[in-house]
Parts: sequence; C-alpha cells; structure tokens
Amino acid sequence: MSRIVRVGAGQGFWGDWLEAPRRQVEGGPLDYLMLDYLAEVTMSILQKQKLRDPAMGYARDFVGAFESVLPAVAHRGVKVIANAGGVNPMACARAIRAVADRHGVGDKVVIGVVTGDDLLPRLDALVAAGHELRSMDTAAPLATVRERVLSANAYIGSDPIVEALRRGANVVITGRSTDTALTMAPLRHEFGWAATDHDRLAAGIIAGHIIECGAQCSGGNCLWDWRDIPALGDVGFPIVEGHADGTFVVTKHPGTGGRVTRQTVTEQLVYEMGDPHAYITPDVVADFTSIRLEDLGGDRVRVHGITGRPATDKLKVSIAYSAGYKAVGTLVYSWPDALEKAEAADRVLRERLDRLGLRFDTILTEYVGASATHGDLSAIKAQPWVAELPEVQLRVGVRSGDKATVERFTREIAPLVLTGPPSVTGFAGGRPKVEEIVAYWPALVDKTVVQPEVTLA
Amino acid sequence: MTGTVQVRLRDIAHARSGDKGDTANVGVIALEPRWYPVLARFLTRERVAAHYATTITGGVERFELPNLGALNFLLHGALDGGGTLSLKTDAQGKVFSTSMLRLVLDVPADEAAAAGLPVAR
Repeated sequence: MSRIVRVGAGQGFWGDWLEAPRRQVEGGPLDYLMLDYLAEVTMSILQKQKLRDPAMGYARDFVGAFESVLPAVAHRGVKVIANAGGVNPMACARAIRAVADRHGVGDKVVIGVVTGDDLLPRLDALVAAGHELRSMDTAAPLATVRERVLSANAYIGSDPIVEALRRGANVVITGRSTDTALTMAPLRHEFGWAATDHDRLAAGIIAGHIIECGAQCSGGNCLWDWRDIPALGDVGFPIVEGHADGTFVVTKHPGTGGRVTRQTVTEQLVYEMGDPHAYITPDVVADFTSIRLEDLGGDRVRVHGITGRPATDKLKVSIAYSAGYKAVGTLVYSWPDALEKAEAADRVLRERLDRLGLRFDTILTEYVGASATHGDLSAIKAQPWVAELPEVQLRVGVRSGDKATVERFTREIAPLVLTGPPSVTGFAGGRPKVEEIVAYWPALVDKTVVQPEVTLA
Repeated sequence: MTGTVQVRLRDIAHARSGDKGDTANVGVIALEPRWYPVLARFLTRERVAAHYATTITGGVERFELPNLGALNFLLHGALDGGGTLSLKTDAQGKVFSTSMLRLVLDVPADEAAAAGLPVAR
C-alpha cells in the first residue's frame, strides 16, 4: 500500500467553528492542518485594521486556533498551513511566535512566512508601467477607482508554501494565497510533484476545493437527505488522504458526526463553479469534467482520474475599493394580511423618501417570509393562504455615494411604527446602521511582476 | 403512452449554489445517476433562462458534467451587484439552489416511465 499524507481542513472561512482545528488534530491521525481565513473582501477589512494599528491586519482567530493545536504541532509533528496572514503576515508570525514561546515550545516551532502578494505599495508603479488592471467584471481600467482603492493583493499559488515546507517550516503563514494551494502544497511537497506534473497538481487543487469550505463537504449545508445526516452537532471536518499518484480519499475522523458520501462531495464540487473545463489557478488549470468519484462507504469517497493543463501567464488580483454607503431597515408586520400591510408600509416609506428629494443609486424592497429569496418565483400571491401568513418582515435597503442621503433614510424607518399600517413590531434594534461599502475589483496581472518570498521567522 | 407529464426538479435533483461577483452559480445534481440524461435533455439553457426571466438581469450559461451527474448554470446579473454592494438578503446567491428546484419539466410520458421518474401529474 502506498504512503498516505493526510491533510485536514480546520476552518472554512473566518468565523467558522472554533472547536474544529483542535478536533481535527485530536480525533485521529493527521499530517497537515489547513486553515482558510480569507474571503474576497477580507483583505480590505484587514487593511483598515492595519491602518489603525500597524501590528494588526491579520486573522486574529488564528492565534487562538494555533494555541488550541500547539501540543500536536510541538510534540506530534502536525504541520499547520494558514492564509491567516492577511495584509500583515509578519505581524501574524510574531503573534504565533509569542504563543509558542509562552508555552515553552519556541524551539519546536519553525514559522515560514510567505509575502509578496501585497501590490498596494506598487500599484501606481504597475499602472504607470502599463498594467491597466481592468475589472474582470466590467472591463473598466483601475484608473476609474484608483483613488478609492483600499487593498490590492495577487492570488499566489503553491510554490512559496512548498518552499517554506522544504526549508523546514512546521507552520506556514501566507497572505492572499489561493484557498486551494493550502491543501495542494503539502501534497506536492510530500510527493515531490514537479511544476509540470499537471494532472497531479490539478488533483491537489481539486482536493483543496473539496475541503476548503470545511464541513460543507462532510454534511454541513447539504441538501441531499438533510434530515437524516447524523449528529451535525458533532460534525467531523473533512480530511484528504492523498497518494503519490494524485488519487485521494475524502473522509473524516471516525466517530464524528456528519457524513462523507458521493452526494456531499458532489454538492461541494459544484459550489462556486464557473466553467468546469477550466478551473484556473496560479499552479495549473484543472478540469472538473475529468473527476471520477467512487463512494467506498463508511464516510470514504475515492477521487481519481483528474487531469490538468499548464497554468496561464496571469495572476488574479483581488482589489478592494470604497464604493459608497448602504443601509438596510426592517420592520415586522403580523397576521392577518401581513404581506399586504408590509407592502402598504413600503408605499408610505417611498412616498416620504420621494418628498424629501432623496435619490439613491438603488433602493430594494424585500418581504422576508414571503418572497425575499425567491422573488416572483415564490408565487406567494397566488396562494390561497397568503393572507394567513403569521408575519412578514419588510426589508428595505438603499445604496448611495452620498453618506448624508443614506443617513437620512435610516431616520424614516422608525416613524412608520406610529404613522403607517397597523400590527407592526420588531424595531428593538434602533435605527439602521450606515455602512461603508468596500467593493471587490477582480483583475489580472502578468505573473512575472509578482515575486513571492519566504522568510523563516 | 403518449403526451407529456410534469416532473418537479426537486423530485429528481439536489443542488448547491454560490457566487462570483454579480453572478450566481447553481449546480444541479441528479438524485439517481440514471436520471442525469433526462436532466441533460430537458433542463436546457432556454428553460432556465425562462424560469429566471423576471429575477435576473443578465444571461444564462450552462455546462454539462456527466461525470458527476450534474449541470452547472451561471446566472448573470442575479445578485444586485453582488458581494458587499448587494442589498439582497441572499447577496451571495446561497439559496438560488432552491429557487432552481421550483422548476417543473415537461417530459414525454414514455421517457418518464422508462427512466422511472417520479411524476407530479
């Protein structure tokens, strides 16, 4: 039997179950713990924190997670790979170093820090050199929002993580690396896959895609047979058992809740999928139509047959920019005729906003409990029982470049309670908050301009 | 047998959805692998575009994954700008999967019977 390398997911996003990392290292054998903290706009939030305090700008949850798995790292050889570094991987490394030292195992922790993804300090030089950084959504050049840019980070691949592991790191901290590279890199490192070994690299990427959202492939958020998925209160996070030939088994620790079957894995495979023939990463282009699944039973799914082809000469860049303000106000209307009352309240509100001369980029009304998520497809008004709905939440959102306009809107919700349709409640939260919108600007840049670096700290 | 019968998508498929900018993706997976050919034949790009005609502003793309018994749909202009711009409850398209499953397919009666499809009426 060939050697197996086990990579387990411990966080599917920043805010995921805090117990999961410790359960992964204590519940059974594991070689690598993979923690994914970064969503598209997380970098800009971290950038704001760093501006306020130069020692911040990384995912602070990682410090607690690391502490919870430190015995396994220091004494049992489990290695940790996390993109928790955000816009300040060095500060993150210092916090992790402090934890290890405080527990007296500083000599057993070698931290590899991956940097070079942060393009913000170089943005004007890049644009001046002819890199337009056009939006992949609208094709507009970055110059149209340049003065409002808050962060800019290239998605980097597995190379620097593999390099850190090769140099002996047992904790690797990155900034904006791809989620999938966090899983592929340790497999590539352990099995010595070459940069030209496209099929195996693609297999590692797809292994990463399957476990990058944590329990979403092991029973969480699974529609198929959801009532009978066992013991979600005790859900096991997913583990990839990788083989040198690029095949792998998705599983979870014995005795944990949830489920790993062909159906749970397939639901995760199609999550956030674009063109399945071309899943583009910095390392390889993976073909999702090549995937073969074999349900072995006992919460084990074998994955094989995967093919890949060479990566493109571009890297995706995640740029965040300030895009105005928004606010959302809600009120709850009660039976009978709850939907009709909520609709009447919306008309009253809009009449008043009109009279104030407020103009929004967008104003959106939803009726939660009736049609908020399915729109016209809910066909709620055609139902004979529509008047019997126990309650409906009126939810009105506005967006504008002008903060004062949004601020004024937030003062028009509460008055509806005593000056609008009856049977209204649910306003305990006070005025809606005005939020600054930090929007996402995906772009491409030539690979050659980004040089990731590895520092052992 | 002649004529067509109505088959509810929710009776023959499960689904998961997510987002990429202002685009929602919906993966539709046959509940039984032998039902995939029916999905592939009758859940067309046009059928899905008509289903979402009043709820999205852009076009629909469709991809086939026979290896997974699944189809992937990209619904453009589905999320009021998407991400942090969106004012929608479902700003990230997480439950577009379920609105897709409201769809009802018209399937020739003999094909439905041959595939053992659950028939609504």
